[in-house]
Amino acid sequence: MFTEEQIRRYSRHILLPEVGGAGQRRLLAARVLLLGAGGLGSPTAYYLAAAGVGTLGICDPDVVDLSNLQRQILHAEADLGRPKVDSAAEKLRALNPDVRVVCHRTGIDRGNALDLLADYDLVVDGTDNFATRYLVADACHLAGKPLVHGSIFRFEGQVTVFLPGEGPCYRCLYPEPPPAGLVPSCQEAGVLGVLPGIIGTVQAAEAIKLLLGIGRPLVGRLLTYDALEMDFHTLAVHRDPACSLCGDTPSITALGEYGFSCEVGACPTA
Amino acid sequence: MKADRELDLKGEICPYTFVKSKLALEEIAVGEVLRVVVDYPPAVENVPRSMENEGNEVLSVQPIGPSQWEIMVRKVG
Repeated sequence: MFTEEQIRRYSRHILLPEVGGAGQRRLLAARVLLLGAGGLGSPTAYYLAAAGVGTLGICDPDVVDLSNLQRQILHAEADLGRPKVDSAAEKLRALNPDVRVVCHRTGIDRGNALDLLADYDLVVDGTDNFATRYLVADACHLAGKPLVHGSIFRFEGQVTVFLPGEGPCYRCLYPEPPPAGLVPSCQEAGVLGVLPGIIGTVQAAEAIKLLLGIGRPLVGRLLTYDALEMDFHTLAVHRDPACSLCGDTPSITALGEYGFSCEVGACPTA
Repeated sequence: MKADRELDLKGEICPYTFVKSKLALEEIAVGEVLRVVVDYPPAVENVPRSMENEGNEVLSVQPIGPSQWEIMVRKVG
């Protein structure tokens, strides 16, 4: 049963035929893990909390830096130097006390990844380096967890959804990490501050659709966005039967070494 | 006609008149009848229309007192 406050808070969801009271209850029972409380994680977390996703895990090892505030809208000047998970949790609890925020003040690595994922229904990737993305993609596939992938670079972003057992995985899309020297650091590359807002919000929409089981998620489709051209494109992505992770005879059956150094070591979340 | 479920929405305004009606309809079985009482004049048109838009069968809408109306609806879908 909903409380009076919940009926009012979620009324615009309940009114939607595709959501209704049953859908809102599903959201309240859902558990989502957000990797990164940075540029992508900020809008994703805000909208998932506003939507009444009942449990939000936030995983981030960093503290808030002044250079984050150009795009990481969960954090403010008063949070400088605070752990991002603490700053995020405070804002999300203030927005919606229905949400249980679980802080994981750590990076995700091969040692903790499967334990972290175990408590969640769905994962949203808001990390900003290739080593972590491959680790997250492998871990979600091995654990059978849906993964909403997002990434940003300068004026461009991408979103797609990986559903284990259905459609391609991250390694079908990008079989191997790029050579470390080829990828500019975030200091070298820069990013338009509003870009993660757009991409992270698309990730939130995909997460909510998956939790509700409505619409057509970006499975087997890569959404690309170019802010300079103000253009969205959707490209078809197919499962690769020879994929090392989800192919017919996969060579990756456990989490491996993701040793190549984080090319953006100074800022582990976008 | 006897209702399977009664919902008193006197004092409630739109859109909560329909939000609460919809939640009640979700809880009853297909074929059962919900009786809703409203006293907010716009709800007399809005609530039955929204119920029909979601596929339910509005059986009757009638005044039952000064500024009070009764909406009888059968759950279809």
